[in-house]
Amino acid sequence: MKQTMPDKTGHFGEFGGRYVPETLMPALLELEEAYMSIKNDSEFQVEFDYYLRQYAGRPNPLYYADRLTEKLGGAKIYLKREDLNHTGAHKINNALGQILLARRMGKKRIIAETGAGQHGVATATVCAKFNLECEIYMGEEDIQRQSLNVFRMRLMGATVIPVTSGSRTLKDAVNESMRDWVTNVRTTHLLIGSVVGAHPYPVIVRDFQSVIGKETREQILAQEGCLPDQVIACVGGGSNAIGIFYPFYHDESVELIGVEAGGESVLSGNHSASLGAGSIGVFHGAKCYVLQGEDGQITPAHSISAGLDYPGVGPEHSFYRATGRAKYVSIEDDESIEGFKLLSETEGIIPALETSHAVAYIASVAPQMNPSQIVILCLSGRGDKDVYTVAEALNVEL
Amino acid sequence: MPYICAGDPTLDLSRELLLTLEEAGADLIEFGIPFSDPIADGPIIQKASERSLSGGTSIDQVLNLVSSLRKETDIPIALMGYYNPIFRMGVDTFCQQAVDAGVDGVIIPDLPPEEAEPLLESVSGCNLATIFLVAPTSTSNRIVKIAELSKGFIYCVSVTGVTGVRDVISGQVSSMVSEIRSHTDKPICVGFGVSTPEQAKQVAQIADGVIVGSAIVKMIEKNLFDELSMLQDVRRFAEGLSKGVKEIIVP
Repeated sequence: MKQTMPDKTGHFGEFGGRYVPETLMPALLELEEAYMSIKNDSEFQVEFDYYLRQYAGRPNPLYYADRLTEKLGGAKIYLKREDLNHTGAHKINNALGQILLARRMGKKRIIAETGAGQHGVATATVCAKFNLECEIYMGEEDIQRQSLNVFRMRLMGATVIPVTSGSRTLKDAVNESMRDWVTNVRTTHLLIGSVVGAHPYPVIVRDFQSVIGKETREQILAQEGCLPDQVIACVGGGSNAIGIFYPFYHDESVELIGVEAGGESVLSGNHSASLGAGSIGVFHGAKCYVLQGEDGQITPAHSISAGLDYPGVGPEHSFYRATGRAKYVSIEDDESIEGFKLLSETEGIIPALETSHAVAYIASVAPQMNPSQIVILCLSGRGDKDVYTVAEALNVEL
Repeated sequence: MPYICAGDPTLDLSRELLLTLEEAGADLIEFGIPFSDPIADGPIIQKASERSLSGGTSIDQVLNLVSSLRKETDIPIALMGYYNPIFRMGVDTFCQQAVDAGVDGVIIPDLPPEEAEPLLESVSGCNLATIFLVAPTSTSNRIVKIAELSKGFIYCVSVTGVTGVRDVISGQVSSMVSEIRSHTDKPICVGFGVSTPEQAKQVAQIADGVIVGSAIVKMIEKNLFDELSMLQDVRRFAEGLSKGVKEIIVP
């Protein structure tokens, strides 16, 4: 049975929808129409596939992490190597898909929000490649945390606009990009980087990212002859997680586990665990789990990793949580540093701090599993961008 | 029709400002419920919202304030607020409490007709007007739908953009208003970017009402530490707006 989520109005059960100013409604409808027309257009799919292979470097390996497996002494661990994509993370998959879509729609200007800067870099990359004007909104605090990515974006000709409102992180960058879109909607495509926002964004981003899960499913069947027991990914907005989860949705034996950022600790209130500790609300255009106070004001999130530092989460994850199809757990800042070190030391792969949360979770559960069980981790990005943050956390002066 | 954000800078001053605006000739007050992430607002109203929230303003307090104001004035009050605080409170509860407090209408800028069913169900049978917004990008089909669902008046957003002060009134306003009129007899009020008495007068020639927000909020911001000047400046400005508009619109 093919899943039909979301419904025609963009709802995943009670989640999702389109909670945006009227100015944007016609643009969302136009985008939906354009997307529906390319979704089953073989010419578009051939073009998208071409760039995924020849430009982004897909398919990337599903790699058996033998030393990590041995070290943890339990389940067999595989890594889906999204870190090997061009630009170093899964974000390029969606950026390529949306840029091809925006070109077909005749949009001349691209705007995007970014947290860790990976989506900003991916967007700047495809804008350089396809010669489109590019402006990236980034929280002032994230600009400081991720100066390397800021420089990369600028090298590729993008304008990085510091966002100084609110908590000066990803949430505020999204607000600012939406305000820009409200103002320039006729000429501009808003290239959202995660499975969040108003319909049709969550479905567009999911579909473009689900190449991760499609490859993974084929690869594990070819390499092991069976499906995995668990598929694990980190969740901020949730695009790499949905990308790898979605093609396994109907494989009921496969447990899907999302790892959120527990920040200082969930009890402290300084965290980004919207699925674990948030409640249902309407945020950035969609109904979803969100961190909020009693009176519906959004609470700032916290995470050592800028890419997870977001108080909302995609509506499809909200639906998976509500229906129990996926389980969501959280890993704290200091545990993620341990995950970062563990993968670096055992496999010679420095993971992004976002991904390190999922690594740390695996380290906590794999030893209790038996060697016949298979766990797949979505290694969503490489960690070069995070070395300064990690050095600081370890009190190392560079 | 002035907009101020409840609780900016304090709830007590909001009360004074609202009464002052009424004395200065306002016909309706658009009373903002602050929100942490106001995506349809420019920097001036964003800051008003932040000031109000840093003072701890909650939706309950705003409703209580309206309720107590009802002992002093019966000027129509429309609450303008983003959907999440209302959703969080419970749409039904909110509508009931708003009616009980004496609120006349509600404007939710991030609730397009597509998602409005719970609100429309909650207001059916109670006396609370639902005011929807028409934007410059709205198609004819959408205008028909929005006009049909709107009660009280139709809010015509004059610019493709967020709230804020602008130097000139967009040339498209007049064609927008005529387009809306071709679909409905309901009153049409124009807002977003109207900031001087001259602009208000200009808009009044085509619309049934003129909404001014950021320009007033800016005066509040300028006089944050001087209540007396704040109230004086706001009064003088509102009188000017009202005079300009009323030369055109005969109530």
